Amino acid sequence: MSNTEWPLWEVFIRSKQGLDHKHAGSLHAADAQMAIENARDVYTRRMEGVSIWVVESKYIHASNPTEAGELYDPANDKAYRHPTFYNLPDEVKHM
Amino acid sequence: MTKQYLIDYTLQLADNALILAQRNSEWCGHGPVLEQDIAISNISLDLIGQARNFYQYAATLIGGNATEDSLAYLRDAIDFKNNLISEILNGDWAQTVLRQFLVSTYQFYLYDALQKSPDQQLAAIAEKALKEVTYHVRWSSEWVIRLGDGTSESKQRIEKALEEIWPYTGELFIPVQHETDAVTAGIGVDPKMIEENWKQKVSTVFSEATLTLPPQNIWMHTGGKNGIHTEYLGYILAEMQFMQRAYPSAEW
Repeated sequence: MSNTEWPLWEVFIRSKQGLDHKHAGSLHAADAQMAIENARDVYTRRMEGVSIWVVESKYIHASNPTEAGELYDPANDKAYRHPTFYNLPDEVKHM
Repeated sequence: MTKQYLIDYTLQLADNALILAQRNSEWCGHGPVLEQDIAISNISLDLIGQARNFYQYAATLIGGNATEDSLAYLRDAIDFKNNLISEILNGDWAQTVLRQFLVSTYQFYLYDALQKSPDQQLAAIAEKALKEVTYHVRWSSEWVIRLGDGTSESKQRIEKALEEIWPYTGELFIPVQHETDAVTAGIGVDPKMIEENWKQKVSTVFSEATLTLPPQNIWMHTGGKNGIHTEYLGYILAEMQFMQRAYPSAEW
């Protein structure tokens, strides 16, 4: 049996305190159910999580690092998009 | 004065877990894939944890200088009371997962009943172990189904494993004296009482795995619970106990 015959899966774990699932790593498994169990054995054995998501790595689409300039640089000089330039009225609470 | 049957009964529970843990640990670094290597090692660690709890209780029952370590590392094969199925060879992956499934299913019904025992220690250990065993049953039954209902090679391997292991399952349900005494005292679980549930679960999984249950009434190996073991246990103990024998009382 060879490792490469099983597809690769990305694992997302939600910790007890966390609200969101965070990327924990990847592993090989024959199908989704085995991927969840492998994730349980590989990534939650030290009490890291209370919920697991897995997705086959081939379904993750990533932005291209060579396009970083056009994608992210334009945001650099637009500090006004941060909500720090507004004067909040005193009546507004919990902002 | 603690009743001898209770000590023996507790040791049997401990030995079953420890010897299978030691067997499974042989896969560490040799699993078919990294993820399953970790999975089977995790199961070993769960079983060692269960064994420790039972040994600690047995040590308090025995008293004197007995400790969990002396019970695990300083008894000889004839003192071990584990079922033979725990000590037979791992074989290939099919044999390992099938044995795990058959033993975990047995442990599941055993612990499920034992958690109602009036012996509070045994009940508490069983309750804690049950969650672990529930996962072991799930993990191993999926492997049995995968291999049975998989390729022609996987099917052939698990059928061979079944032929190899099945004659060791009968012993699980044939009570020996200390089990009968523990049942009579209301503390132990009657193996006959869990046999039906075990068979039911096994045949459900086998039918999903397209495996045929071996015929009833085939000859079964026995003896383990009374200390009469296969040749394999000696080798297991030789490896497991080497450090304590060579360097008595060594700690780290």
